[in-house]
Amino acid sequence: MAKLTAYERQLLIREKNRPTIRDYIPMLFEEYFELHGDRLFGDDGAITGGIALFEGKPVTVVSHVKGKTLAENQKSNFAMPHPEGYRKALRLIKQAEKFHRPVVCFIDSPGAYCGIGAEERGQGEAIARSLYELISVKTPIFSIVLGEGGSGGALALGVCDELAMLENALYSVISPRGFASILWKDASKEKQAANAMRITAEDLTEFGICDAVIKEPGGGAHLNPAGAAQGIRAYLHAALERKSQIPLDILLETRYDRFRKIGEFEE
Amino acid sequence: MVKDRLRDDSAAESKGGVAVPKNMLFKCPRCAKVHFAEDFEKLGKVCTCGYHARLSAAERLRLVADNLSFSEYDRHMKSKNPIGFDGYEEKLQDLRAATGLRDAIVTGECEINGEPCIIGIMDSRFMMASMGSVVGEKVARAFEQATAKRLPVVLFTASGGARMQEGIISLMQMAKTSAAVKRHSDAGLLYITVLTDPTTGGVTASFASLGDIILAEPKVLVGFAGRRVIEGTIRQRLPDDFQSAEFLEQHGFVDAIVPRTELRRTLAKLLKYHRQTALPQPEGEGRS
Repeated sequence: MAKLTAYERQLLIREKNRPTIRDYIPMLFEEYFELHGDRLFGDDGAITGGIALFEGKPVTVVSHVKGKTLAENQKSNFAMPHPEGYRKALRLIKQAEKFHRPVVCFIDSPGAYCGIGAEERGQGEAIARSLYELISVKTPIFSIVLGEGGSGGALALGVCDELAMLENALYSVISPRGFASILWKDASKEKQAANAMRITAEDLTEFGICDAVIKEPGGGAHLNPAGAAQGIRAYLHAALERKSQIPLDILLETRYDRFRKIGEFEE
Repeated sequence: MVKDRLRDDSAAESKGGVAVPKNMLFKCPRCAKVHFAEDFEKLGKVCTCGYHARLSAAERLRLVADNLSFSEYDRHMKSKNPIGFDGYEEKLQDLRAATGLRDAIVTGECEINGEPCIIGIMDSRFMMASMGSVVGEKVARAFEQATAKRLPVVLFTASGGARMQEGIISLMQMAKTSAAVKRHSDAGLLYITVLTDPTTGGVTASFASLGDIILAEPKVLVGFAGRRVIEGTIRQRLPDDFQSAEFLEQHGFVDAIVPRTELRRTLAKLLKYHRQTALPQPEGEGRS
């Protein structure tokens, strides 16, 4: 199959039947026990988190939640978290650190929610705090972009030891529509923007941001969710093996350098 | 992005067909009062309504740093064009010529009433101080230098957010800068953030929100999402003081609002309180 353009991938990942974390969890993990709430304000349906068994071993799972129906999307706010979502994620990741469980984050969000409550409760602070804490959490962290990785709201689950992307997933600083609207004052140039922004798994591999691309079944994950899940399983198995033997100080030093080295400038 | 507030505020609009030269008038974005630029300078660029207008990095430095105490870091660092965005290099070049800056932040070492620190000042004239590779790298280096030299950091933030023109590279600067802040903090050192107009987007969602002490100038705009984006999402008009320094203080995200005239004294006082933390930590007395 010929490689799809970024815009074609955007259409593909917005396909109504694209598998979400709710589809993947039972196919990836033998058990999943969901844990709710940030202990400060409330529980955010846009992020799910809990303890799962992967090949018999406990891991902590944190993920954006996309819905397929309107009712599901109302519950999960179209995968756009409020601050309490990020604070729940951070709480569960710190819990994983305490109990020496690896963390698996799934990214699938157009971005953090923009609204009054989100500002009142410190959306910026909640994301900043995640970035700040995750960089030195003393347990391996793996992030996998399932579909849409939108902006700081995605990055809050993306400070990790390895970043993997599904073949058709995208990861960007802003949506192509927003990019076109801000830089070209014309939101209708969305397609042109998508293709100019360098947001595919191959682009991010080239930038040294993405470490592994997980193949999707022919035509995309929505045509064969079990096949896509198998790819994620195989990746996770190998990734856990790779990182579990690395001493913590080296793991954290390498995590710092992963981000420290990103930037293109001259002096 | 906070379009309506992120416009260049030095240019007042002409009204009634009378052409007013740019930069001759200043229109307050909070209360809409129009000042003659010359008079506004005399007010220290503070409107009678209390709004603290934007300063250039050079003006800010004169305001807070001791005379001749400043030595600049990474003065010549310039951005490349990582995603090959059409017109980006030209835009950078034009802004360098217009502002005399290389990018949107100036960093270095200075003393504030005799208290040594590492200082960073963002300058909104340069692409609304958006964060790309150069801002990210200079902030990270400032914190790493401060960690190595056991110095506190004082950062004056202002930003429209991540620099779209650098694509995903700009997003990653949020993680890079936050990581450097973490190491500085883990070394037991002080970081003071001063939120100035406007601090938004990816900078709010990274190092601007991570100070041990967060100060803000009165009436400045601070937020994550742009007002128009929020109004578009919720389909209602937001109150005027939404995302102001006062709004943030009320919701618990700012330690103190400090008028410009008090800023230097306040910073010096806070630095003095933490002077002993700059001493090398004795072996075996690490913080938990």
